[in-house]
Amino acid sequence: MERREIAPLLHRDLARAISAVENGHGSFAAAAESLPAQHRARPAFVVGVTGPPGAGKSTVVDRLIECVRARGETAAVIAVDPSSPFSGGAVLGDRVRMQRHAGDLGVFIRSMASREAGGGLAPTAQEAVRLADRAGFDVVLVETVGVGQVELEVVSVADTIVVVTVPALGDGVQTIKAGLTEIADVFVVNMADRPGANRTALDLKHMVRESGRETPVLQTIASDGTGIDELFAALCAARGGGGNNAARAVRFELLRAVRDRAARRAAAFLDDAPARAVFARLAAHEITRREAADALLQLVFTEE
Amino acid sequence: MPIKVLVAKPGLDGHDRGAKIVARSLRDAGMEVVYTGLHQTPEMIVAAAIQEDVDVIGVSILSGAHMTVFPKIMRLLEERGASDIVVIGGGVVQAGDVPKLRELGVRAIFDADATTQDLIDGIEAIVREHGRAAARAKLLQAQPVS
Amino acid sequence: MNLQTEPSATEAIAEAKREWEQLTLLPFAEKRPERREQFRTIGGIPLERLYTPDDLRAHDYLRDEGFPGEFPYTRGPYPTMYRAQPWTMRQIAGFGTAVDTNARFRFLIAQGQTGISTDFDMPTLMGYDSDDPRSEGEVGREGVAVDSVDDMLDLFAGIDLEKISVSMTINPTAWILLAMYLVTADELGFDRTKLSGTVQNDIIKEYISQKEWIFPPRPAMRIVRDTIAYSAKHLPRYNPVNVSGYHTREAGSTAIQEVAFTLAAGFAFVEEVLSLGIPVDDFAPRLSFFFVSQIDFLEEVAKFRAARRIWARVMRERFGAQKPESMRLRFHCQTAGVSCTAREPLNNIARTAIEALAAVLGGAQSLHTNGYDEALSIPSEAAMKIALRTQQIIADETGVGNTIDALAGSYAVERLTDEIEAGAMAYFAEIEKRGGVVRAIEDNYFQMELADAAFDLHVRKERGERQVVGVTKYRDDSPNPAVELHHVDEAAAQRQLDRLAATRARRDPAAVEAALAELARVARGDENLMPPTIEAVRVRATAGEIVNALRPIFGTYVEKPVF
Repeated sequence: MERREIAPLLHRDLARAISAVENGHGSFAAAAESLPAQHRARPAFVVGVTGPPGAGKSTVVDRLIECVRARGETAAVIAVDPSSPFSGGAVLGDRVRMQRHAGDLGVFIRSMASREAGGGLAPTAQEAVRLADRAGFDVVLVETVGVGQVELEVVSVADTIVVVTVPALGDGVQTIKAGLTEIADVFVVNMADRPGANRTALDLKHMVRESGRETPVLQTIASDGTGIDELFAALCAARGGGGNNAARAVRFELLRAVRDRAARRAAAFLDDAPARAVFARLAAHEITRREAADALLQLVFTEE
Repeated sequence: MPIKVLVAKPGLDGHDRGAKIVARSLRDAGMEVVYTGLHQTPEMIVAAAIQEDVDVIGVSILSGAHMTVFPKIMRLLEERGASDIVVIGGGVVQAGDVPKLRELGVRAIFDADATTQDLIDGIEAIVREHGRAAARAKLLQAQPVS
Repeated sequence: MNLQTEPSATEAIAEAKREWEQLTLLPFAEKRPERREQFRTIGGIPLERLYTPDDLRAHDYLRDEGFPGEFPYTRGPYPTMYRAQPWTMRQIAGFGTAVDTNARFRFLIAQGQTGISTDFDMPTLMGYDSDDPRSEGEVGREGVAVDSVDDMLDLFAGIDLEKISVSMTINPTAWILLAMYLVTADELGFDRTKLSGTVQNDIIKEYISQKEWIFPPRPAMRIVRDTIAYSAKHLPRYNPVNVSGYHTREAGSTAIQEVAFTLAAGFAFVEEVLSLGIPVDDFAPRLSFFFVSQIDFLEEVAKFRAARRIWARVMRERFGAQKPESMRLRFHCQTAGVSCTAREPLNNIARTAIEALAAVLGGAQSLHTNGYDEALSIPSEAAMKIALRTQQIIADETGVGNTIDALAGSYAVERLTDEIEAGAMAYFAEIEKRGGVVRAIEDNYFQMELADAAFDLHVRKERGERQVVGVTKYRDDSPNPAVELHHVDEAAAQRQLDRLAATRARRDPAAVEAALAELARVARGDENLMPPTIEAVRVRATAGEIVNALRPIFGTYVEKPVF
């Protein structure tokens, strides 16, 4: 089977275009323009891979790249790692697990630091994905560290989302935040050769059923490839049912915009008398923190 | 805008203590450091450097094979249109080989006694002087090149 | 005063010490303050101003120190130690082709060396043949190139393998090199059962620190298990593993971690072999160890003693060992490479001498002293000669070997021994909690501990808490004195490629193919890997070919780096 490849100079230009948007040098349009238009039947398949740290996401991504290449298609990876809140720097080590693909011109791997998102998805990751699509990659895998709000932010980027976890040590699936059942298209219990794998998978299935969904729960051992073909098939199937995702993405973006605006408004009047009164009551233990937040929220609405 | 550095361990040598400490120190100095792991070939290093669009490739080499590794890296960068990426090295490089490496285009070799501050200052100076970021911004206004 | 003092006696001392602190120390220190608030060993253990019998009030001489050659072996594994014969002086050697290294072996033996130690090039260490693309630029550079038995025959030419013990520093491919060694011995006419020596073969520390690996941990453990089982049955004088702490320490661990992680690895190997149903006393006597000797003198002496005591206690209590040999820890030692500087290299002679002395006072069975050129290159002949003489001076001129465990009873050393033991025991508990050694490796536990320790040491150095003479302190601007370095023969690589081609041309390809097929079959099952490997190398299968046959079966390991 012929394996598609992307020309070396295009690798370079894509990388530079991503840097341009990452660093705010010029507009997204200018960056996109620097890449020659590719004529394609359909846009790239964007897969988000998220989950708690240590679940083996990078290894899963490494295996998925293998699947993509076996079909003769090209793969781009955007791997996001958290920036240090102290120095603003970052060590980006995700590509170690995928480095065997480094010589393959059909594979492009780019690490991005989350920068001011503080552990969340890099704000420009979405643009990086669109650029990779424009450069002609068939599949774009976005890997994020699953802490805080990140799992939810990946929604705005991906068509299909895989949530990867590992057999939990006794406390069920606590590591999976409630919001994930909403957005996951596939659940994966990785390191399935470890004790507790079946239990964890069952717990997840239970959780899925309770939320009225039919999300598949798969088990994999990414380190030796077990279960990966099934995962890839499930992803492709989930893409087929894609209508939801655009709506979901819009919903999420809207929610985020609302949250940001509310926070900005609240910050705007924090020094004013009504807000300070709330603080004083909180400091005197007359109200709880939760009640204080509600009170401030009221002020936001009445300030309109 | 953070400086982006690739810390590379070419060849079969597994001594990564220095490379990892460097990675951590550069991060603490606010840089973004891509670490590609051990046992990298020059092809893997250059592919990573290009995809990551780093400012600097820092090659950590203790095996003595630097006169095989560096020329390969420089040649690959040239072939792939990425000669604007700066290459520096550190580890065990015999003094007599340093001028030969500089002739190839390796911008600096840090010896075993260099402190991490020396390294941080060195990288910052190189990037400042080299001005890739500014040159890059201009590039976006130019015609597509591929 | 006897260490085993009455409680009231140590109380009196404690009281008197408080008085001394108030009346004598404080007024003096006000005028002449101490250099620092707190001093710590290089491994991070606080070093107190003064140790007294009170610090050892929980000590019981017979229980905690005893006698050399007797449980718990704190004072030494043998009753006579160096009074019978000095430790083995074993300088490592390896570069170029087997012929080149053989010459260096013979030089060292002529200079008085009593054991052989072999260093292999990176391709051999990592399982690549000399003509593999991955090997380019590295053949014969950092060690000797060995692709097949033909190389080994030249490596040990003219050496009586029944009389001199041979150590091979080789890990993921140790079982292959051991197989080659046995076939070499056969073809040179030596009796396998008389062979003594060791292959390092400690794959656990590779994942932790030295980072020479091929397969993932579980198949790798199986290979080590098979070599130990085979050796226990067929090679009565051979040490199939040299469980190592040197590399972990060189990678930045503390002394306590060095002892803890190394002994934990040792226990893991014991468990692995026990799972085959082989009784512990059948193989444990031949497990040997390898520690570093670092520059922090007192900590090192204490460390070696603590290691012996811990091993003895755990082997008896946890594994039910009954043979004294199973409980008696023997170790090879090497002075610390990282303590050697590139600047003012001759200073390293002094450092090495001090580290060697610590190893001797710590009861090492075998010792390699670094050359002054350690930070610059693989050792030159001249550097090795001085390094060897250093050991000989300690053995023949200082007299420390004429009494056993001379520093026992030192309040400071005994106290440090206790602390290192306690620190190691805490680590064992933690490792257990995390599901054992192999699981801890897969979860990056050791690697994270190591990264933190290394970074902590680095910060302490840059803050000036640890000084390096001639580099950070007393540094002058004079040009670094040039020393004659080992000359790398760039033509050696081509010679090796020619040798390899000749081996391939001479051998019977059908026999090689059959042998590799049989090896693959055994690998897929659970039989011992040694016999098919011995057969494969006998028909001149190369190390790289053997590894390539097993990669699809065992898989390849990719690390998950931590910073």
